[in-house]
Amino acid sequence: MSILHELTYTTNAVPEERHANYLLEVKNFSLTIERVEKGYTPERLYVIRDFHLKIHHGEIVAIVGASGSGKSLLADAILGIHPKNSMIEGTVNFEKSPLTEKRKKQLRGKDIMLLPQMTNALDPLMKVGKQVQTFIKQKNKQKVLKSIFQKVGLSPTIIKEIPSTLSGGMIRRIFIAMALASEAKLIIADEPTNGLDLEALDELLLQLKILANDHRAIVMITHDIEAALKIADKIAVFYAGETVEIVPRKNFTKKGEKLRHPYTKALWNALPQNGFVPMDSSQPSPSIVIKGCVFSDQCPKATKICRIKKPKLQEISDNEMVRCLYA
Amino acid sequence: MLEIKNISFKYERSDWLFKHLNFTIEQGEIVGMYGKSGSGKTTLAKIITNYVSPIEGDVIIDGEKGEFQGIYPVQLIWQHPEKVVNPKWKLIEVIEEVEGLDKEIINILGIKKEWFNRRPSELSGGELQRFCIARAFSPNTRYIVADEITSMFDAITQAQIWHAMMKLVKQRNIGLLAISHHIHLLEKISDRIIDFNNICNVR
Amino acid sequence: MKSTFQMDSQNTIHRKRLLLKIIGLLFFFFIFVLSGFLIGEEQIEANLSEKNLSPSLVHLFGTDWLGRDMFMRTLKGLNLSFQVGLLASSISAVLALTLSLLASKSRLLDYIVTILIDLFLSIPHLVALILIAFVLGGGIKGIVVGIALTHWPTLTRVLRAEIMQIKSAEYVQLSKKLGKSRMWIVKHHFIPHLIPQLFVGFVLLFPHAILHESAITFLGFGLSPEQPAIGIILSESMKYLSTGMWWLVLFPGISLIAMVAIFDALGNNLRKFINRE
Repeated sequence: MSILHELTYTTNAVPEERHANYLLEVKNFSLTIERVEKGYTPERLYVIRDFHLKIHHGEIVAIVGASGSGKSLLADAILGIHPKNSMIEGTVNFEKSPLTEKRKKQLRGKDIMLLPQMTNALDPLMKVGKQVQTFIKQKNKQKVLKSIFQKVGLSPTIIKEIPSTLSGGMIRRIFIAMALASEAKLIIADEPTNGLDLEALDELLLQLKILANDHRAIVMITHDIEAALKIADKIAVFYAGETVEIVPRKNFTKKGEKLRHPYTKALWNALPQNGFVPMDSSQPSPSIVIKGCVFSDQCPKATKICRIKKPKLQEISDNEMVRCLYA
Repeated sequence: MLEIKNISFKYERSDWLFKHLNFTIEQGEIVGMYGKSGSGKTTLAKIITNYVSPIEGDVIIDGEKGEFQGIYPVQLIWQHPEKVVNPKWKLIEVIEEVEGLDKEIINILGIKKEWFNRRPSELSGGELQRFCIARAFSPNTRYIVADEITSMFDAITQAQIWHAMMKLVKQRNIGLLAISHHIHLLEKISDRIIDFNNICNVR
Repeated sequence: MKSTFQMDSQNTIHRKRLLLKIIGLLFFFFIFVLSGFLIGEEQIEANLSEKNLSPSLVHLFGTDWLGRDMFMRTLKGLNLSFQVGLLASSISAVLALTLSLLASKSRLLDYIVTILIDLFLSIPHLVALILIAFVLGGGIKGIVVGIALTHWPTLTRVLRAEIMQIKSAEYVQLSKKLGKSRMWIVKHHFIPHLIPQLFVGFVLLFPHAILHESAITFLGFGLSPEQPAIGIILSESMKYLSTGMWWLVLFPGISLIAMVAIFDALGNNLRKFINRE
């Protein structure tokens, strides 16, 4: 437990000189889906309107937002597997050069990897050791494999097992082992905490920390702010397709005084242990074009200007950004 | 009083999920049930609401057991609302599926009029779940089992839904079994909490 | 990574194309079939002064040994084929829907329906058709009943599978717990789910019905000779083929195949449009 504690509460410090050296930089990113309801008159859904994200090596960033708000499409778009009827705009840089569709294809599964959510994502007939080994590029495969299994806390005897004999927790460790064995620099986990109880969650957190300490950047997409706060170094708060705030984990304290955006505050204070404050939670429909601030309809602080003028995402520090006229 | 009496269950060719399970729920009471994921809580929820028959034991509803005509007095609210709404229906049809549903329930749950003419795919999970909750509060309902009904949603949606649920349950004197792996949530909403792993009598 | 907006996504273009195809096919279909309604008896009357003419601008398909215009006769024949097909396909579709719903009621009924399907599928269509039409004494009645009774099994099988799938859906189970009757579930869950499949199946039955009707009539078990059916035209014309009047068979035959092809394409495109890949 002490290791877990230590790993959990030490944020991976970013050395000064690497500050501008982002692994992944997403700016003004938007994704529009064209949907055909009846006949052929298409309807535009502005699923992602204006998204920003910067991530360093060894950093864990959580993208937190309501379920069904299009967060998963973000992961798909970075991997280049977004649906055919969607259109994307904006800047996505990976290691300082633009991430084109062609480059996405080249990097997918190599430099950029998706952490599977389902435990049935493994080949059911192949020994798990073999499945992990396929990712190892170094020469001394057996030795590397053993050290990786040790790192994720799996006994080397498991190498020869097939997936069906392993528990859900062990299979999740195999996924982490695969990521460790691979050369992936960026790992995307889409809703990794769904259906996990506290114990399993703590274990996953430890595993993701092992990955991050191995210099990988992790993007975790989730609706569960509690889980995000346990694992991530910083949180990108996603509302109606926009990044409304990027905030370091340490700013989530007490009644949320250090949080700048009213939505982030509401999210924090809605947790059962923090007051359980309810609010009208329905988000603007993706089919409408929003002129002003996306949160202005629900915001307790909103004024007339909020409904007309769209606030810019202001950079407060390297790790903090907020999109609110009154922040 | 809803009595869970001596219930045991196992799936074919697997171990017992739980044995000789016993507990009761009074009308107007919220009982939280805490347990690890994958321990059989969903199966228990389906047994109490008559979707699945237990291998042994009975569910006794206000002293009666066996067949009920019309709407079953113990209703289940499912974890994934998109599975329990016909994707071809408009949401007004979901509301109309229960005859004599009190319009006030719709207001308390924060369901908006403009959602009525939409199809399930046009609403978010949290919005859809409210329709499923409203439907569970039929005029016949005496008890409700809520199985992880907000675990797929963000904290704000969760708080909004549960505030409405607590209000409805007290107002209508309904006994509620709230199943979740989220202990903080259960502490906030329940009158008392049962630890499933302590009563399931296996291992 | 700038990818600019296109006016339409691939998906929309695909659907637009499908819809255009369907409209185009419908247009052809109307010309083919409805023009038959406009043709009166007087236009296919015998006119011995113009007999045995080969195709020309005045008589597109030529004329026959009685001087009747073959183009008009063909259109009229196709029109009749269409009416027979419509009736037979409708009865088949209703049969399929009824039997598939019946099969969903109990295990025993499902067993019976499955056996019936296998039974009917194991007999060659044409043989069963001839038998039924012959027993009923031929004519329109014989043909329609024959086609209707031989064409329901495939559609029934499709509908039965659909019902099996929807029966286990959670929302159907929930309706039961809300005290809904079987009839209510059939009406609100099953039927709306089946209608698109039923419609497509119905349209796809058409080409079969028409071809079989022509075949039976050609063989002499179907419609009576005074009716202007394609099968009659073809079988009569066979006698004149050896005298070098090739147009009597060629054009009506091609027209029949064209109509069947149009229906088939229409059905397949509709299926793609409704099932929305």
